[in-house]
Amino acid sequence: MALDEVKEIVESGENYDTDKEFKYVGTRPDRPDGLDKVTGRAKYGADHYVANMLHAAVLRAPHAHARIVSIDTSKAEAADGVKAVVIGTDLPEGLTGGDLHLQENTLARDKVYYDGHAVAAVAATSALAAKDAVKLIEVEYELLPHVIDVDAAMAEGAPVIREGEQGPTVPEGMHPNVVNYIEFGHGDLDAGFDAADLVMENTYKTEATHQGYIEPHACVGQLGDDGKGEMWVCTQGQWFIRKMCAAVLGLEASNLRVTPSEIGGGFGGKTTIFSEAISLALSRKAGGRPVKLVMTRSEVLRATGPTASTSMDVKIGMKNDGTMTAGKVVFRMQGGAWPDMAPTGMALNCAFASYDLPAVYHEGYDVLANRPKAAAYRAPGSPMAAFAVESLVDEMTRKLGLDPIEVRIKNGAKEGTKSSYGPTYKKIGLLECLEAAKAHPNLAEKLGPNQGRGVAAGFWFNHGGETSVSMSLGNDGTVTVSAGTPDIGGSRASVALMVAETLGIPYDHVRVNIVETGALGFNEPSHGSRATFATGKAAVEACNQAIGEMCRRAAKRWGIDEDAVEWKDGAVHPAGPNAGEFPPMTIKKIGQTMGRSGGPISGHHETTAGGVGESFGAHVVDVEVDPETGKTTILRYLVVQDAGRAIHPSYVEGQYQGGAAQGIGWALNEEYVYDDMGRLQNPIFLDYRVPVASDLPMIDTVIIEVPNPGHPYGVRGVGETGITPPLPAIANAIADATGRRLRHLPMTPAKVLKAIKNG
Amino acid sequence: MVEVNLWSGLRRFTDGELVVHVEADTVGKMLDALIAAHPDLAPVIEAGLSVAVDGEVITDAHHTPIRPDSEIFLLQQLKGG
Repeated sequence: MALDEVKEIVESGENYDTDKEFKYVGTRPDRPDGLDKVTGRAKYGADHYVANMLHAAVLRAPHAHARIVSIDTSKAEAADGVKAVVIGTDLPEGLTGGDLHLQENTLARDKVYYDGHAVAAVAATSALAAKDAVKLIEVEYELLPHVIDVDAAMAEGAPVIREGEQGPTVPEGMHPNVVNYIEFGHGDLDAGFDAADLVMENTYKTEATHQGYIEPHACVGQLGDDGKGEMWVCTQGQWFIRKMCAAVLGLEASNLRVTPSEIGGGFGGKTTIFSEAISLALSRKAGGRPVKLVMTRSEVLRATGPTASTSMDVKIGMKNDGTMTAGKVVFRMQGGAWPDMAPTGMALNCAFASYDLPAVYHEGYDVLANRPKAAAYRAPGSPMAAFAVESLVDEMTRKLGLDPIEVRIKNGAKEGTKSSYGPTYKKIGLLECLEAAKAHPNLAEKLGPNQGRGVAAGFWFNHGGETSVSMSLGNDGTVTVSAGTPDIGGSRASVALMVAETLGIPYDHVRVNIVETGALGFNEPSHGSRATFATGKAAVEACNQAIGEMCRRAAKRWGIDEDAVEWKDGAVHPAGPNAGEFPPMTIKKIGQTMGRSGGPISGHHETTAGGVGESFGAHVVDVEVDPETGKTTILRYLVVQDAGRAIHPSYVEGQYQGGAAQGIGWALNEEYVYDDMGRLQNPIFLDYRVPVASDLPMIDTVIIEVPNPGHPYGVRGVGETGITPPLPAIANAIADATGRRLRHLPMTPAKVLKAIKNG
Repeated sequence: MVEVNLWSGLRRFTDGELVVHVEADTVGKMLDALIAAHPDLAPVIEAGLSVAVDGEVITDAHHTPIRPDSEIFLLQQLKGG
């Protein structure tokens, strides 16, 4: 393909030929970080040490809502080993909007908004000295009324958490805690419900859950009086860390160099800052000495972003044959004490995204509560929306005696469907997923007493985003790729496979490095299931640029026209018999001689990546419920999802399994538990119960490949859709096993037992 | 002219119109034209939103070209996890 044709495709974001046969794409080579990780050589956030380094500890508020009357840090400042103390008023004033909210959450200035809100921090010569000194800080609080529950927070008379934060779309007269209002839909809703044989409506609730990444937030920050600094940090996005820390501290972004570590999970929770700017503020106050800040698990759960808790009304119309005629949702979601953190809009958009409905209506409220500032969590909003809608679809399907997969096939969205959120779908793979689920051997397994089967579909948009990639040729013909998206789910291997395929060189001749903020232009984080999609796409185009240069040099060497050469199998060849007789010039030969043919050869590409393809999935789960204890055991679990093209199928399967495992925890156990004073009661993994290996069966996976024409190898993001169906699929399975419908997550043994006993 | 589909909650800023026609050949120009035609939309657009053009959701790529027959929807801003 000519380079100008490639450029046109890149800019239009569509119409790649994705039906080609591939040599490397779709294989399962060893992961490039495998040896480092199993031998402990891989360096995570807390593994970074530098000379003269100090250690930080943070004082956190024990109240859900309080005014700070005074803070006395004098005793802490006088303690042995203490080199710096910072409080909120040490940070620059005058910020507005999202930057102000980040700063307020970094260190409270006038008020604390949730249990665990940071109010002061100490840097000392040891972690122990810092922890001891924090205890010497005296804070006087004036307690204020608080509110935790989303419905209570928007009710008349609820404590007002913040004044003046209501967005322009909020109708007059609503409680000040309602900060955003969303309403959209299409079709004649009344006519849709009138056409139905069965109309049902119910209310569903989900509790806040944490991303539960194994690696706590950790960083080492260094900042001098000249405003120049450096940070080593565990993050999904080093440029976001730079941008946000610079805003909070009033720095010039280019004066802060941020290097990402390996990352032990993030799931959206590491796309923002929590304590990172504190380490820089302490460093500046300590004369520029580097400051390490490592959160404890308790700090992670109390003070970093969980997802929203929700209260959701759903109404659906269905004919006796399963045809859905109309759907309506009203979602209320709280995202903590700052506006725009609850994923209300995305939840609404996802609610009916799997269905082809003639009439839909969505209404949503973004509500403040005295809880931590929410952060993105894997397909933000979609799992809760799926819980509500897919639970009711299942309930109606059972009432009408229909097959749950057939009903979803009958109503399923496909290419050309006007989506529930407006746009018309291009090529999507929901029906292929449902058909594959129907044919899977798990569905032939007979169920025993107290056992049940649940089905649900799920959806995520996926995202392209700002991306910059470089590649360079080594003098031995191997290739180094510089990427800006931290490898959170196998993107180094996937990008290496795409580069190997594009250049026609072995996979192990490609090394992909995740680089610091000075090495590339701006990159968005590894979020929105975009790393393999967008970084891969940019890497392919960077390779195409280098191929063009290698072809030009070979043509010049051979004394023939540039159009008379072509690139294939890792070498430049004459394009045909009329071009002349020349032996292929291999990439190794080109690398060896590039100093004499014009200098180093590299390729670069930057883009706000277009051509994103949505990903749909279908899950089927079999459970057994103990009627004596209410405990739910997962017997079998099947994930079927459209990957577009699985570049490294093992990683894709891992994403599917990981999404299901997190969803199982969300469905059965995980929740934030508060006491009457608004204090979090379970900020440790012993009490905040994520699934462990012994809780789970082997999770079966089926990769569907409906290639995305907007990516050179057909990639759709796969990281997020997998957490969407588990919540309703498990609720539906429990209903099948017990005859009881649970509409409030998590479905703990106590709740299930109560439902069984109370009917 | 291109046809821009708004979400219902924005009707109050467009004299009740859910579909607005503006002159534009990129997403950025379309948003500018919306603000020019309906200044009350400015706070919502400036706070950030996503735009779906011919079925593809675009968050930041305001240089994305649009044709007179493009299908355009304004959506709440999408973020991933």
